[in-house]
Amino acid sequence: MANKLSVGRLLVYAALVLVAVYYLMPLYVMLTTSFKTLDDIRQGNLLSLPQAWSPDAWSKAWSSACTGIECGGMKGFFMNSVRMTVPAVLISTMIGAVNGYVVSMWRFKGSDALFTMLLVGCFIPFQVVLLPMAQLLGWLGIANTTTGLVLVHVIYGTAFTTLFFRNFYVTVPDELVKAGRIDGAGFWTIFFRILLPVSGPIFVVCIIWQFTQIWNDFLFGVVFAAGESQPITVALNNLVNTSTGVKEYNVDMASAIIAALPTLFVYMVAGRYFVRGLTAGAVKG
Amino acid sequence: MASLSINNVCKTYNNGTDVLKGIDIAIDDGQFLILVGPSGCGKSTLLNMIAGLDDISSGDIRIGERRVNDLSPKDRDIAMVFQSYALYPSMSVRQNISFGLEIRKQPKAEIDATVNRVAEMLQITHLLERKPSQLSGGQRQRVAMGRALARNPSIFLFDEPLSNLDAKLRVEMRTEIKLMHQRLRSTIVYVTHDQIEAMTLGDRIAVMKDGIVQQFGSPQEIYDNPANLFVAGFIGSPSMNFIPATVVESAGGLGVKVCDDHGCVVLPLPHNRAKLSAWIGKEVIFGIRPEQITDARTAHREGLPQMDCHVKVIEPTGPDTLIFVTLNETKVCCRAHPTEAKRPGDAMQLVFDVSKAVLFDPKTEVRIA
Repeated sequence: MANKLSVGRLLVYAALVLVAVYYLMPLYVMLTTSFKTLDDIRQGNLLSLPQAWSPDAWSKAWSSACTGIECGGMKGFFMNSVRMTVPAVLISTMIGAVNGYVVSMWRFKGSDALFTMLLVGCFIPFQVVLLPMAQLLGWLGIANTTTGLVLVHVIYGTAFTTLFFRNFYVTVPDELVKAGRIDGAGFWTIFFRILLPVSGPIFVVCIIWQFTQIWNDFLFGVVFAAGESQPITVALNNLVNTSTGVKEYNVDMASAIIAALPTLFVYMVAGRYFVRGLTAGAVKG
Repeated sequence: MASLSINNVCKTYNNGTDVLKGIDIAIDDGQFLILVGPSGCGKSTLLNMIAGLDDISSGDIRIGERRVNDLSPKDRDIAMVFQSYALYPSMSVRQNISFGLEIRKQPKAEIDATVNRVAEMLQITHLLERKPSQLSGGQRQRVAMGRALARNPSIFLFDEPLSNLDAKLRVEMRTEIKLMHQRLRSTIVYVTHDQIEAMTLGDRIAVMKDGIVQQFGSPQEIYDNPANLFVAGFIGSPSMNFIPATVVESAGGLGVKVCDDHGCVVLPLPHNRAKLSAWIGKEVIFGIRPEQITDARTAHREGLPQMDCHVKVIEPTGPDTLIFVTLNETKVCCRAHPTEAKRPGDAMQLVFDVSKAVLFDPKTEVRIA
């Protein structure tokens, strides 16, 4: 292999750098703007670095920015999102794992049909379920609460998580389950002792996917939650749209980054296990 | 240990396909039963049904005196070794072997003793703390056997356990399985598609095809007296030659006429004349194994029919050389001593030992004589 740069190589790298810059530019603008003062923003260039690095916009965004008539910053809504996302991700993932285990390893009459119906759930547009879901939440008495949002996301997420786990478990030889049955293990023992320990990679995939979906969801948040229980995505929208004369771009930027940080964090932490876990099983020679 | 009897067992899937059409097999306590046949013959289904992993549509399976049709796998007192070994990937070798014992709530000390005894017997003591992914194919195979042995079941079930190993290891493990059987005198049901494994391991062989047991008997019986054309062709390697030939009168008896491009010879048949009289002048399939067509030196006996044949291809295997000739426009394989083999294109004198030759009906493929 030749190490020197040929013209073709050079072109490839140039294109890659260009695309990378194009992609990173908004992040750069957001970060620098969030550390600028309002004066700095008015005087300077969009791409310039802050004249003085100021954390004021960040503390305002976190604790005292106004979203509508409330002026408590993002922190309450951030916690709302955490309270909504964590249980919704965990519950939908566990349900998906059990569902996937059943439709791949314990086929019963109609299990394929059931799986197909679940699959269709992945393609139902959000808008279609809004009204019936609002009605249901009303009947259950959990309209406008975080619990209600958790329920909505669990129901909607189960289709995806089932698909993920089912597709993972069909690659696991069913002889493992047979061996377990002959050894005397029951349904749950086989699941917890034999299959769950090898399911690490698919858990990571599923959690990343579900976390991103639920944390970033806006529509369900805006429809099914009100005031106190709104998730951060809705709060961010309100914050950006609330203006008291001056548009505080630095606070908007800081708030947006705060709203995006958890998903970034999940990618960074779990991404490693994602790659590492993929080849761990090794059932066959 | 226990005997096993399978009475008129059928399996029909929901979509109406008959996988097994009335299987009858019985073996005694301590016997080694082989289920052999081409893929799709139903042998693995039958094994799964013995294990309780698959339902029985009709018929009975008994282990010892117990009818096990409706018992779940764990209550049948069986252990199984799978083709993919099915070792639990997240558990160490020790945990893999002890898992079934733990579930049966055996005391800890007893489990440890069993695991150590089994590990020693299979020479895997040094591997006990490893994960399956850190083992070679042969080692995994041993662990899978260890898991079955630890349970000390009435019947061992093996589902093509050697087919994932390379050729050399397969032969080694074959001998070890046989040794294990001789030592423990355990009842074993062993599924394979490899007729050499079937011949070498089994006390009793059930040759299956299309959901039917074509023949059930000892290996030698099946080799010497195949019930039909399929069994004759399936068992034995290289397989039996099937030469279409006409039954003719020969000196004092009946014979079949075979021709090479050099000329013809009538091979006298050893069979009872009465049995064959209806076939005089008609075409039959004359079955003769490669080792029964050989050179004069290997044949040892005088007075056998012989013929000069035109050698087409030779395949030296080491101990023997396989000679391919054309008789009655059919490729025929003969087994000769390496030093006696002629070169392709030459003529070679071949001696026919017809004492074990068999005849089949060309239409029904059933054995005539």
